[in-house]
Amino acid sequence: MEAFLHQVLAGLATGGIYASLALALVMIYQATHLVNFAQGEMAMASTYIAWSLINAGMPYWPAFLLTVAISFVAGILIERIVIRPVENAPVLGVVTVFIGLLVILNSITGWIFTYTIKAFPSPFPKEMALGRYMSPHELGAIGVTLLVLVALYVFFRFTPLGLAMRAAAQNPASSRLVGIRVGWMLALGWGLAAAVGAVAGMMVAPIVYLDPNMMGGILLYAFAAALVGGIDSPAGAVIGGLVVGVLENVLGAFVIGNELKLSVALVLIVGVLLFKPSGFFGKVHVTRV
Amino acid sequence: MLLEVKKLHAGYGQTRVLHGMDFAIEKGSITALLGANGAGKTTTLRALCAMVRTQGEIYFEGRRIDARSTEDIVRLGVAHVPEGRGTFLNLSTEENLRLGGYTRRDRKALDADLERMFGYFPRLRERRRQQAGTLSGGEQQMLAVSRALMLAPKLMLLDEPSFGLAPLLVRELFGILRAINEREQVSMLLVEQNAAMALDLADHAYLVETGRIVRSGSAQALQRDDSVRKAYLGY
Repeated sequence: MEAFLHQVLAGLATGGIYASLALALVMIYQATHLVNFAQGEMAMASTYIAWSLINAGMPYWPAFLLTVAISFVAGILIERIVIRPVENAPVLGVVTVFIGLLVILNSITGWIFTYTIKAFPSPFPKEMALGRYMSPHELGAIGVTLLVLVALYVFFRFTPLGLAMRAAAQNPASSRLVGIRVGWMLALGWGLAAAVGAVAGMMVAPIVYLDPNMMGGILLYAFAAALVGGIDSPAGAVIGGLVVGVLENVLGAFVIGNELKLSVALVLIVGVLLFKPSGFFGKVHVTRV
Repeated sequence: MLLEVKKLHAGYGQTRVLHGMDFAIEKGSITALLGANGAGKTTTLRALCAMVRTQGEIYFEGRRIDARSTEDIVRLGVAHVPEGRGTFLNLSTEENLRLGGYTRRDRKALDADLERMFGYFPRLRERRRQQAGTLSGGEQQMLAVSRALMLAPKLMLLDEPSFGLAPLLVRELFGILRAINEREQVSMLLVEQNAAMALDLADHAYLVETGRIVRSGSAQALQRDDSVRKAYLGY
């Protein structure tokens, strides 16, 4: 029982990280109706920025905040420079750009930092009272993730800018007619998604270690999370992330073994797409012929 | 003149819809654009706020605006109630209204204005927290007009505000438009199929045929004109 509880709690910790990345995917999906395949590599690149800052002697939390800020700006720049020119291109073209971005980010970080696996520090203490069920880092990661989620919720729900971003994502034509600069809202969405991804990367790096391919598996879990929750539902993405994290951990520990863990994500993706394509919280889209 | 349009051409892709329109709107007035389906009335409104490609000159308060973006023109105080109402379907009624005032600097006045809109359209107050997509057609039309008013506009472009409304509601809506025009000095450019109602409300009117202005005059004069009566008023 205790082992089971331990796996569930550990699952919640990684699930929170999947949830953040899934949320980043959903944010971009809502604005562009496309899935950003480069989301994971963007988070990975951010984590390398954090690693460089910390290695240069900066204390953890300032480095953390600076990384989030840099990622936010980089996200905006990526939208302006790379995504904007293909705004009206066919879907496959844009997907190709996303994949190109993925490969470029992966290779550049590999080239600069080499493909050797590096340790990434955790800001949380090594030992603490609850240590029986959960490592301090896991608990800390849950806390940080929750903080990010609450901040995003408050921003989108209660600020005029958040409202404008939601409006721009849903109805660009009407948004322009009330004076919202839709192009900038999209760029801001990319910035926020990159910032959220950066947090996810920094929280997961102490668990999976830092290397240019660290996000491959994580992004797959995040896809599964976003799909389980419904690709157009932010709340669904969060719940989906937690569900995927716990399922993966529990099944990995007790049923299928750690080697087959990743297949949980794949089975979920295929299963949801086959039987409930809109996910559990997403909207069912009906197109009139 | 609040708005002056000179030799306005516009179209979609290869298709040209407007062929050199000239007209003007006096400050504080209600001006109607009348014409058959496909004459180019909606395109004219779209051209004014840069939603289609245009050639020609458009001046708003003496400033040339034809090269500006939609967002910038809106920020000058031009509110557009678009064809199809442009409701933000997944947002609540109140959020729709607040978006209308998104660009305003006087954020504090927004709450008071929200109340003023609920005063004009009490139904919207009842629907305040409701998702706007679940509102009836008439309610969404009221929402579209209120959303435009939340901008505190100098000029309102109204595209078929009577579309899909019951006759009683149309009369009520037009009464409110008149009141807003008189009390708040909001100028209006009105596109309407319902020419009789439009001429009742308007001070001045232009007749549009195949992308050109063919007649203009005071609303009263046009109401009395025999050819206009036969073609647009049906009696």
